[in-house]
Parts: sequence; structure tokens; C-alpha cells
Amino acid sequence: MVEVFGNKATRFGFGEGLVELGKENTKIFALGADTTTSVAINDFKEMFPDRFLNVGIAETNLLGMAAGLAVAGFIPFVSTYGVFASGRPWEQIRTTICYSNLNVKIGGSHSGLMVGPDGATHQALEDIAIMRCLPRMKVVVPCDLIETKKAVISSAYSDGPVYIRYGRENTPIFTRDATPFVIGKANVLRDGNDVTIMACGTMVYESLMAAEILEKKGIKTKVVNIHTIKPIDEETIIATAKECGAIVTVEEHQLYGGFGSAIAEVLVKNFPVPVEMVGVKDKFGESGKAIDLMAKYELKDVNIADAALKVLKRK
Amino acid sequence: MLTSDLKIISANVRKDIIKMLESAGSGHPGGSLSSVELVVSLYFKHMKFNPKDANDPDRDYFVLSKGHVCPVLYAALAQLECFNADELHTLRRVGSRLQGHPAKDKELPGIEVSTGSLGYGLSIGAGIAAGMKQAKKSNKVYVLMGDGEQQEGSVWEAAMAAAHFKLDNLCAIVDNNGLQIDGATKDIMNVESLADKYRSFGWSVIEIDGHNLEKIDKAYTQFKAEKGKPTAIIAKTVKGKGVSYMENLDEWHGKIPSKELAKKALEEIDTSLN
Repeated sequence: MVEVFGNKATRFGFGEGLVELGKENTKIFALGADTTTSVAINDFKEMFPDRFLNVGIAETNLLGMAAGLAVAGFIPFVSTYGVFASGRPWEQIRTTICYSNLNVKIGGSHSGLMVGPDGATHQALEDIAIMRCLPRMKVVVPCDLIETKKAVISSAYSDGPVYIRYGRENTPIFTRDATPFVIGKANVLRDGNDVTIMACGTMVYESLMAAEILEKKGIKTKVVNIHTIKPIDEETIIATAKECGAIVTVEEHQLYGGFGSAIAEVLVKNFPVPVEMVGVKDKFGESGKAIDLMAKYELKDVNIADAALKVLKRK
Repeated sequence: MLTSDLKIISANVRKDIIKMLESAGSGHPGGSLSSVELVVSLYFKHMKFNPKDANDPDRDYFVLSKGHVCPVLYAALAQLECFNADELHTLRRVGSRLQGHPAKDKELPGIEVSTGSLGYGLSIGAGIAAGMKQAKKSNKVYVLMGDGEQQEGSVWEAAMAAAHFKLDNLCAIVDNNGLQIDGATKDIMNVESLADKYRSFGWSVIEIDGHNLEKIDKAYTQFKAEKGKPTAIIAKTVKGKGVSYMENLDEWHGKIPSKELAKKALEEIDTSLN
């Protein structure tokens, strides 16, 4: 059984982490773009109103002003829905922030299909791809509320731009305060040597559930939480490939250019093994309940288990 | 500093612009020349800026939003001895700190942030200004933009925010030379009236002749005394100013003079001082 300690959205981890940072460091600044309540940065605003700006519905200015605050010596955190945090101001992120190597932290909330009823316009499914291709950008996709809080706090002390992807829907909390978290260092959450499932974000829990399904079939599955997609933990990925010889990658994101692609890049260069990728197959999302969409787009534990069986046949 | 001294510095900056562009073989003379007096007055009279310590925390900030005219900034910084003037001739060459558009990561003293994609500088300036306000510091922030650049929507997101946040420590300067790559700004996509636009966004607006050093001086002085709102200086300028065969011609936006024409330009600039 996968031990679960609660059920709460990762966005609240972002908000909690930000408040904690605000208390310990007067250089922390936060900026929102009208969605401040729904992306859970309002507590920071209440506690530190003079270090908070709401720029209204204007994402290019959101990133531009954050860049200016970084030039002025602050550590600005911006947050809005992932589509609008990464997509519309992409060139500001590229040319102003990354090219200048500015210390701006970007929170992409409401990621993935789990945004649900709002439909494709609001479901960020391309943000990992368009952020990880940028020089100097770090990309972190934490798996639950506790890890999101750690990611936020760690990012403040990781020099340069960082993109943190998190979600709106309640999801299981299954890591503890004591679980290690270092940007760039993957965590093995379950050991096994027949096949490895590598996952990020919300898909880590589904992957642990998939490992339970596989266990009943006598398959020993390793599950690795690769919360940092850039810089990626090549050492762990290569060691795991050597040990298991078959890998499944899982992401709530487009398959082209995303997390699975990042893993495959490491493997083909160093130790090629069969890989199956679970993710969104070059399609837009749609309206629906989160649980129904995850089933329709084949992102559930059963789909991951099927991919594992498939990759084992190629071993 | 006396206006007559600023006039001499302006001529020297103009000559450096011509020399470095001729040496580089590519770049943007027209808009560099139209911005000269606006930049010289700032760096040699109005801005708090220590050439020996470009990162001095008490400095005023300058953001060159129209990054393609960086030769004017490089020339001014070289005149201030921020770096050795010989380095001007590395412009646009492999390994140079003088990139084709300003690059912060090359660590040339005086470059606050990378710019060159138009429409970004005013937001950056607004962010710096908001930071200075929060820190209760008196540093001022200057952002130089072009008139064609005003076609970018992001300029107006920033204009709205700067007035909303009452950033009276922020000064936008529009080098209004009336030309862009494809032709006259009024024909391509009219941006006028810029004064009315900024005023209606809640800015204090000053309209001047952007080559008249006394008018420029007054405008910057007025900005520094302004309370409660940001200031926009709409400066009417001549693209290619100071080089007769370039003046008011859009073709000199991104064209380099031949050796002979460059020589002629340098002679004209020298003559203008007599």
C-alpha cells in the first residue's frame, strides 16, 4: 500500500513555502496577475503587502517587472496559471530573464489535464517543453504539497531562473518533511529491479499505484521521482537503466519535448534501454472532471502498468 | 556640466558611433545618432553613476529598451572610461563584451539587463522602480525607447502599471525620430499622439526637441521633482542626426556607411563644433 497522509493541492505548498521564505528573507518579493487567490499567493500578500504586486491581467508585464525587481536585487516569485506564466511571456522569460541570468522564480500553477472543467485553454500541457529548452532555466515539477513547499524554498537559494510547475486539484500527500529534496537529485521511492517507472509531479503517485498492480503480477518495480527535469539527474537515470534494463516515463504533459523526451535524451547518449512513454499524445485537453480526463487520456495507474508490461516484452 | 561641454561630448559620441559601426560592418546608425543628446545629458549630467563602480547600489538605472542603438550607450560608457575605448572596435565580433544588442551576461560595466527585443524595457524599468520604492531608496530609473517600439502592446501594460503603482522615480524617454525599418512610423502603424496616450495613462508628459541640450536638461530636472506619477519625455528627434546624408532617411536604420562616407560623416561632425 502507498501510505497517504492527506489530500491537498500542491498550490497550497507553493503558498506556504512563499510565506516561510518571506519571513526569513526580506529580499523575497511576490507578483501575481489577478489570479492570486486561486494560485494561493494571497497569504504572502496579507503578511508582506509591501513586497507584493498584483499587476492585473498582464503577464508580459508580470515577468518584465519581476525581471526589474531582480535587477534591483530582490528575489521575485511570480505565479499564475501555467499556460499564462510560461506561454504568453515566453520571450520575456527567454530574452530578459534567462539571457540576463536574472534571479526570477516562476510558478506555473494549474498544470496539466487535472485543471478539468475549464478545458484546453487553461490546461498547461506544454510548459515543461518550452521551459526546459531555455539556457540557464531550471525546471522543477514536485510530486505533492510537501515537496512543492520544499521546491519553493530551495529555489530561492538556487541562483538564476527557476520554473516550478504545480497544480490546482487536491492530490495525495505521500512524502514527509524528512523526505530528502535537493534540486537536481532524483529520489528512489520504491525499489525493484525488473522495470523502472520514472515520473514527475502528479504522476509519481499514480506510478506508485502502478507498481502495486505490477507487484500482484510478480513484477518488481522501481519508482523514481524525478522532480527536477533540468538539470536532470543523469547519474541516477543511467544507474537505474543499467540495473533494470527497461524504463517507463510518466508525465501529465505532451510527450513531444517533455519529461519523457528529457529521460530519453540521457538514455540514448549513455545507456540505451527500451523505453515506453506515458503522457498526452499530441492532443489538446478538454472539459471534464479531472478523474474522467485522466482516464480518457490514459494517465491512470492501469495505463502505466500496461506500459510497464509492454516495455518488459522489449527487454 | 556646461551645455558647451555636453555638445563636445555629443560630437565625440557621434564620431565613436560612426567609427565602431564602420569597423563592425553592421549595426544601426540612424537610431543611435538620434539618441545621442538624450543619452549624453543623462550620463554626463543627470544620472547618479560611478564609472569606476557601475554596480554602486546608489546608482541611477538606465535601461536601453531600444537595444539596437547600443553603440550610443557603448560610446558614452567608453567616454566615461567605464572600459577602455579600444574595446569599442570589438563591437559585434566573436567573444566581444559589446554584443549587437546589450548583453548583461557579458559583464560590460554599465549594462544592467539584456535588451533588444522591443517593448520589454519599460516593464523592467517599472520593476526596478518598484523595488527602489519598496527599499525606500531614492535611485531613479530611466528607460529609453523608440517611437516604433510604442507599437508593442507590452509597452502599454507597463505604462498602465507604472502609473497605477505611482512610480514617480521612473522616467520613460521616447526617441521620437518618426522612422522604423519599413518606413515612416505614421505610415506603418501610427502611434501618435504619444503625449496624449501617456497622459491618458496617468503619466506626466514633457514634449521637447530631443537634440536641444538645454530643453533636455530642463526635462530631466522636471522629472526629478515630479511626485506621484511617472514621467514620459517625448523627444522629437532626427534619425541619423548629425550626418547630412543619413538625416530623416529610414534606409539608414540598419545600413553601414562606406569608408568614404564614414570619413565624410566624421568631418561633418567636426565641422558642426566650429
